Amino acid sequence: MLSFVARRVAAGVVLLFVISLLSYLLLSIPDLDVGRQLLGSNAPQATVDAKNAELGLDRPVFVQYADWLAHAVRGDFGTSWFTGENVVQALSTRLPVTVSLMLGVTGVTAVLSLLLGVWAGVRRGVADRVVQVLGVLGYALPGFLVTLIIVVVFAVKLRWFPAIGYTDIAESVPGWLSTITLPVASLSVAGVAGVSQQVRGAVIDVLRRDYVRTLRARGLPPSRVLFRHVLRNAAAPALTVLGMQFVGLLGGAVLVEQIFGLPGIGSMTVTYTTRGDIPVIMALVSVTVVGVIAVNLLVDVLIGWLDPKARTA
Amino acid sequence: MSGDGGGRGNNGGKGGGGGNGVLRRVLRNPLGLVSAVVLALIVLAVLFAPLLSPQGPNVASLRDSFGGPTGGHPLGFDSAGRDMVARLLYGGRNTLGGALLALVVALVIGVPSGLLAGYRGGRFDAAASWVVNLVMALPAMVVLLASRAILGPTVWVLMVVLGVLISPSFFRLVRGVVAGVRGELYVDAARVAGLSDARIVARHVLIVVRAPIIIQTALVAGIAIGLQAGLEFLGVGSGSTPTWGAMLNEAFGNIQRAPTMIVWPGLALGLTSASLVLLASALRDALEDRGAPAARRKARRGGSGLVSSELASPELVSPGLVSSEPAPSESVLSESAPSEPAPSGPVSGEVGERAELLSVRGLRVAYDLADGTVKEVVHGVDIDVRAGEIVGLVGESGSGKTQTAFSVLGILPEGGRVAGGSVTVAGTEIVGLDERAHRALRGTVVAYVPQEPMSNLDPSFTIGTQLTEPMRYKLKISRAEARKRALDLLRQVEITDPERVFASYPHQISGGMAQRVLIAGAMSCDPDLLIADEPTTALDVLVQAEVLGLLRRLQRERGMGVLLVTHNLGVVADVCDRVAVMHDGRIVETGTAEQILHAPEEPYTRRLLGAVLDRAPARGAWKGETA
Repeated sequence: MLSFVARRVAAGVVLLFVISLLSYLLLSIPDLDVGRQLLGSNAPQATVDAKNAELGLDRPVFVQYADWLAHAVRGDFGTSWFTGENVVQALSTRLPVTVSLMLGVTGVTAVLSLLLGVWAGVRRGVADRVVQVLGVLGYALPGFLVTLIIVVVFAVKLRWFPAIGYTDIAESVPGWLSTITLPVASLSVAGVAGVSQQVRGAVIDVLRRDYVRTLRARGLPPSRVLFRHVLRNAAAPALTVLGMQFVGLLGGAVLVEQIFGLPGIGSMTVTYTTRGDIPVIMALVSVTVVGVIAVNLLVDVLIGWLDPKARTA
Repeated sequence: MSGDGGGRGNNGGKGGGGGNGVLRRVLRNPLGLVSAVVLALIVLAVLFAPLLSPQGPNVASLRDSFGGPTGGHPLGFDSAGRDMVARLLYGGRNTLGGALLALVVALVIGVPSGLLAGYRGGRFDAAASWVVNLVMALPAMVVLLASRAILGPTVWVLMVVLGVLISPSFFRLVRGVVAGVRGELYVDAARVAGLSDARIVARHVLIVVRAPIIIQTALVAGIAIGLQAGLEFLGVGSGSTPTWGAMLNEAFGNIQRAPTMIVWPGLALGLTSASLVLLASALRDALEDRGAPAARRKARRGGSGLVSSELASPELVSPGLVSSEPAPSESVLSESAPSEPAPSGPVSGEVGERAELLSVRGLRVAYDLADGTVKEVVHGVDIDVRAGEIVGLVGESGSGKTQTAFSVLGILPEGGRVAGGSVTVAGTEIVGLDERAHRALRGTVVAYVPQEPMSNLDPSFTIGTQLTEPMRYKLKISRAEARKRALDLLRQVEITDPERVFASYPHQISGGMAQRVLIAGAMSCDPDLLIADEPTTALDVLVQAEVLGLLRRLQRERGMGVLLVTHNLGVVADVCDRVAVMHDGRIVETGTAEQILHAPEEPYTRRLLGAVLDRAPARGAWKGETA
């Protein structure tokens, strides 16, 4: 198990390196002339050149990248070209917002999907129909449209929750809850729709397995067979989808944070990326890729823990 | 994103053609019809935008800003005084066109590479899969936003990037299905016949991938439209181009002032996207129903080959998910007289006195089919098993013998039920008995040894856990005691290293070993009656002999009664005291093993024997060892 984790971490580091290199190269293709952007069109060329030299942009791309990498591995992501903010500081105030959003969504998705999926898979009939219709609906509507509908209904019309803004959990827990509820709900719709279908499918699949019949033939009660054996075997496919969902959430978070005005890394992505602020973009890319790798690793470890075959493979 | 890989890939593979049938089936499905019509209307409206809209999309008059509906402008005006209908129609062109571009790019990249990776495997597959994993680890939003910064704010370029980002979903789908098909016999046959790879792909592989690709395309189109509109909503696209996403953005910004403005673009987007997904699900239903018409929910107990047919391994014949047991089709013929419990002739000799251990009288088993009809598969069976005897229940696959066995245990699959008759186990009538009381009998009074050893052990738990769990539950003994008993049982089933097997997972032991474990499991709560369903069919010939010998020994030591379901008359000759021959859901002949094997009365029994006699010498060799 340990060597498995070590191998996966190593592969993740390689992936991170490749992606960061590719991103840096891609970002450097266009001649954005950052110095000119910063100083305005009236600035004399000499000042612009000096600014570019100050930012290190006069060097070859690979040297720039190596310089970035050397600092990044020590946790120094530099400062924003446009605002002069320290990138790590900017990230560290915004990351908790996004992480709490994602954790909330993943938790809600996992619990609701498990309940709905097992209910549909075991009961079939009407329950099954209900969950399938919900699944198609959740899937059919684009995520941000769902978000807009939720905002219009619950914040604008009913005024149950604020439409915009964020209260830190350290400041006020009820305030935090009231600002995070709608974003979490918005992002959970698609998650529950997708994952509950998977849970349902996995439960139905496992229920048809020979060993389930044999366990019943041994005289074990259905509840015990369901909770101990069926759920355990159905968990691996469900976890895989939950992990994939999490990766998709990163994109969804951009829109949701923008709509609700949450100060997370999603809204940060929009403002900084469109300007071509390489230090900030590179930090964002690194953080998200690390997040994706970490989640995938966690899912694999959990599956290995659940499924003895995956453990030895 | 779709989370639905190939999975059910290769149905209806060889059918070919049938496109019209699929279309008709989609349109007969109400959801499919509605979504197809809605989609067609939207596409037509958008195509004919110049004819339908009252003015150009960017004609603005500030006087009309936020203006309500008027005669020539049924939906009113937006914040800049532009006509909403014109914005919607022209915006639809850009939104749908952009999504189409992304879709085409994704198909062009994903499908050929998936075909190649799946068909060839090897190094290309490894490299392509690595790249795909890399693309999937990329934060799509960041990439899209960054590419806007790099490539400029044109919708079309962004859509190409989006196409690249969603191409893995096609790659993975196609690769999975093709890799599954590559090993199929008909592809091997084509290769052996000397067809070139290109021809094989064109003739045999593409047909199989076609259906999943069509479904996936509809799904991804919905996703692409959603993503595209999302990007536009963020204000990433070019400002002047009308799109639904940009309209939503504008409407959302003015939500307090003109709350209804958000409805129209939202509706257009939601309807389009929902129609695509619903169409995909209708397509899936239509495409996947093909090729598996009826009887798909029948019991899929691994049937077995024909009676002692020379097919050495039964796996070849049966146990796939969609097994095509001949049973239903055959019994349809006899359906004309379903409930008559074979009154005349060679029923069991002991109709009057019923055996105290297991007595089955007039058992009928029926399945409720999906279309509401009922199919009877066992038409009135009588069997008796006394303590200390082994009764063979013989017949070809689909004759209803396994259904009979499952009825006694109360573990008929979904949709199946006992439709009539009487079954007493150790004096208790189990037909109509409530589930809880029936469960109390399982394990302690009647136990079960299944056919396929490997698929009957839960892969997630150790052998030890699976052996001790029922004992602790049924016998209420402690963990330590259960462990001791389990190790003892493993020794009794002649496993040499019980400690190691106890701690092993099912995938770590051999099939023969697994069957011994299952026998130990059946014995664990000291049952009086053992139902063994083809307990040796899935095993090698040598292991078969050992397991049969083991069963015989345990049965003698414990004085158990055994109902041995088998298609193998060699097994009958070896261990059975009495035999019941089953055909088409009825018992056609019963008697002692001697009688049946040497002086069969029924022509059907003689045919069974005829089929086995060809192989007699092969069997003789190991018969000696066990006896």
